[in-house]
Amino acid sequence: MRIELAGLSWDLVSDFEQLTTYPFMVQALEAGAIVAVMAGAIGWFMVLRRQTFAGHTLSVIAFPGAAGATLAGLPIALGYFGACGLGALALSLFGRGGREDGIAGESATIGTIQAFGLGLGFLFVVLYGGQLVGLESLLFGTFLGITAGQVQTLFWIAVAVLAVLAVIGRPLLFASVDPGVARAAGVPTRLLDLGFLLLLGAAVAATAQITGALLVFALLVTPPATAQQITARPGPGLALSVGLALAVTWLGLAVAYFSPYPVGFWVTSISFGLYVAVRAARHLYDTRGAGPALETA
Amino acid sequence: MFAHEFMRNAYLAGTFVALACGLIGYFVVLRGQVFAGDALSHVAFTGALAAAAAGIDIRLGLFAATILVALGMGGLGSRSRPDDVVIGSVFAWVLGLGVLFLSLFVNGSSGSDGTAAVRVLFGSILGLSAADARLAAVIAIAAASALLAIARPLLFSSLDPEVARGLGMPVRALGLGFFAILAVVAAEATQAVGALLLLGLLAAPGGAARLLTDNPWRGLAISAAIAVGSTWLGLFLSYEIDSLPAGTAVIGVATAAFAAAALARANLGQVRRIGAR
Repeated sequence: MRIELAGLSWDLVSDFEQLTTYPFMVQALEAGAIVAVMAGAIGWFMVLRRQTFAGHTLSVIAFPGAAGATLAGLPIALGYFGACGLGALALSLFGRGGREDGIAGESATIGTIQAFGLGLGFLFVVLYGGQLVGLESLLFGTFLGITAGQVQTLFWIAVAVLAVLAVIGRPLLFASVDPGVARAAGVPTRLLDLGFLLLLGAAVAATAQITGALLVFALLVTPPATAQQITARPGPGLALSVGLALAVTWLGLAVAYFSPYPVGFWVTSISFGLYVAVRAARHLYDTRGAGPALETA
Repeated sequence: MFAHEFMRNAYLAGTFVALACGLIGYFVVLRGQVFAGDALSHVAFTGALAAAAAGIDIRLGLFAATILVALGMGGLGSRSRPDDVVIGSVFAWVLGLGVLFLSLFVNGSSGSDGTAAVRVLFGSILGLSAADARLAAVIAIAAASALLAIARPLLFSSLDPEVARGLGMPVRALGLGFFAILAVVAAEATQAVGALLLLGLLAAPGGAARLLTDNPWRGLAISAAIAVGSTWLGLFLSYEIDSLPAGTAVIGVATAAFAAAALARANLGQVRRIGAR
């Protein structure tokens, strides 16, 4: 019998907090840096494209993948990547398929895909014999239980994802800011949409195995949203987003190291605090009526 | 099937929760706010964990947290229509809080494993007591009545907020009221049938109804009918098939209804296009 999900039991979070051996912290910081850079860059596009719900759905869909792989006796990593890839495909095919369908149809489709994925995951867990305790580790991860090998794998996946993002970055930006004009100019917007969702899925799948699906989502949304409150320009915005994600992750890890509370709580709280502060400052700065920079995008 | 008490309870709670979800889900889809509903179900989860960690009544934590966050999200967003980035940011933080309460809860009560948390996430519609089921039904009926009471102005302000505001309708208050009802439905559904069922019953029936008709009143009725029908059929299937969990069955039926509606819509579009030629 497989030890449930490679020992990523969420009881271990508290165990590791008591252990506080230094190599773990080093590896956690390394993995955190890789995840933060990847999430900061991909997330900036995700926020720009208003695909937060899609991003959350992908990070949730990792769960049925892992559960299904466990049930079938396949490597869990395969389950993560398979599920996120399929999810990205489904979101791209059905989510924005009918552009004229507007935001209402998109939101319903994404919600249905997510619910269906979760339903499948629940079925897999039940079929497997109801080892539901592993679920929390799937969702919340155990940042402090990372091995050097995992860090290396994560690094190469991040390099690949960022390389592809760098190649498609310019047309993707065009297609995100003004899809209509981009399509008229011959930019393959649908292909870009699929490509971007696949990248997002890969990033989520790679990270979810280590930090948990929910923390990925936090890093994907909040730092980029904060960055876009500060500047709408792509270059500085991207850099700021990556920088914020990195700072928030490291700060969260460090604070969690000295406190009894989990990393996920600190990372999300610090980044949310920053977001609220920046929004408040912006609100004071702007006169009434000027919304967020990208509201009309 | 109805000889078993747990099936009777499941049908009682399931029917009315589905009715409320189907009705409000149509508005949720019309307003493009499925993400908000999803977030609120996780808020309910966090609220329940917080209450469990603090040792107070779980239902109290659930409702308080959900309604507060719903109003907060409504307030942060422009024109009480929170955009996806605001929802996402709040959502992420709420999840972080959930991790905190989960760890507090686990450390606080030795010997307890996270099954309470899992129960909240996936619910156990087949494990409801008669009193739970009755309470769920009563709350669901109350929420559905409140929604129907504001349905007409809400529809107007959902479909055309600019004109509604021009006519002097309280668009912002309506949005907040809508969010408060959604929060009540999310809180009750999450703890009775689980966050999983809530999301499926919000998104799929409303989405299907919107594809099938442009008439909002007919859409509301279709959405409610699909939600209730999926719940009945799903519960029946899970009763007949041993290994099939109720939640998965209900979601499966609802998803199939949504897919069928999309197909029907696509065919209709084709027919129209050919007719226009």
